[in-house]
Amino acid sequence: MIDVILDVLSRGLFLLGGLLVFAGALGVLRFPDFYTRMHAAGVTDTMGADLVLLAMALQADDLITIVKLFFIFVFLVLTSPVSTHAAAHAAFVGGLRPLTGADLTPAEEGEGPRPVRAARRTEGAS
Amino acid sequence: MLGFLSSLAGRILALTVALGALWLLLSFYFDEPTLLGFGAMSVAVTVWLTHHLGILDREGVPTRVFPGILPYMFWLTVEIGKANVIVVREVLRPTLRLSPKMIRVPANQVSDLGRTIFGNSVTLTPGTITVDVDRDTLVIHALTEALADQDAIGDMGDRVTAFDRAEPRTQAVKC
Repeated sequence: MIDVILDVLSRGLFLLGGLLVFAGALGVLRFPDFYTRMHAAGVTDTMGADLVLLAMALQADDLITIVKLFFIFVFLVLTSPVSTHAAAHAAFVGGLRPLTGADLTPAEEGEGPRPVRAARRTEGAS
Repeated sequence: MLGFLSSLAGRILALTVALGALWLLLSFYFDEPTLLGFGAMSVAVTVWLTHHLGILDREGVPTRVFPGILPYMFWLTVEIGKANVIVVREVLRPTLRLSPKMIRVPANQVSDLGRTIFGNSVTLTPGTITVDVDRDTLVIHALTEALADQDAIGDMGDRVTAFDRAEPRTQAVKC
């Protein structure tokens, strides 16, 4: 009986996780610029992957598989924000201006927070 | 007890226990003396190398964030779930109604590690991405006006500050 409940729960989570991964991909296609697309990709990174991992843990029949899936979860939590930040930071420092506001106009020079990295480097040099 | 973990001996103990647990959990060998011996040896060599490299300090083995980080991770997982629902709703809207915004949020954590945890938590939450870190502020790109909530993000920062307590700087030199 408990096997059947776990199996049904697991399949439901697979389906939900798969739908979230799909929604993330759809967002990457629909959103207007680089920064907004990164937000959509974040859905795939977090909830999509987590639910699929949880579903796999429910399918596992020994403890070691569950432990290893848990390690995958931990390393995903540690590494995915670092890669997202690296890409977004490179774009920001490289001068790609985000579309802002409801009318999605590119942020003007000097409007909103600007990259601080370049300014600090010249400070240090002087 | 928790103070002891911030001393050099405490960090060696914490790293040994953590590496030993990792080895045991990944291998699941409990009754093979030869393999267990090799495992113990590799743990010992790693701990010795870490000490020899001088990275057995408050950054390399950050014992101070425990146990406070555990309830924080739980809280963060719930927040990530809530944010996912919001972003998915934006994705599935028939006509997109985004209003992206750049904001600055103060990051007053005492250590670089605390600031990193805060910045990564913001990035991990869908709808907000840390694009730059100034000395004590995060530059954040938010997907909509509602997600660009400085108070809510500041509250996340306060939670990180709460478990990221200051440690005397001299300790890093001593190690």
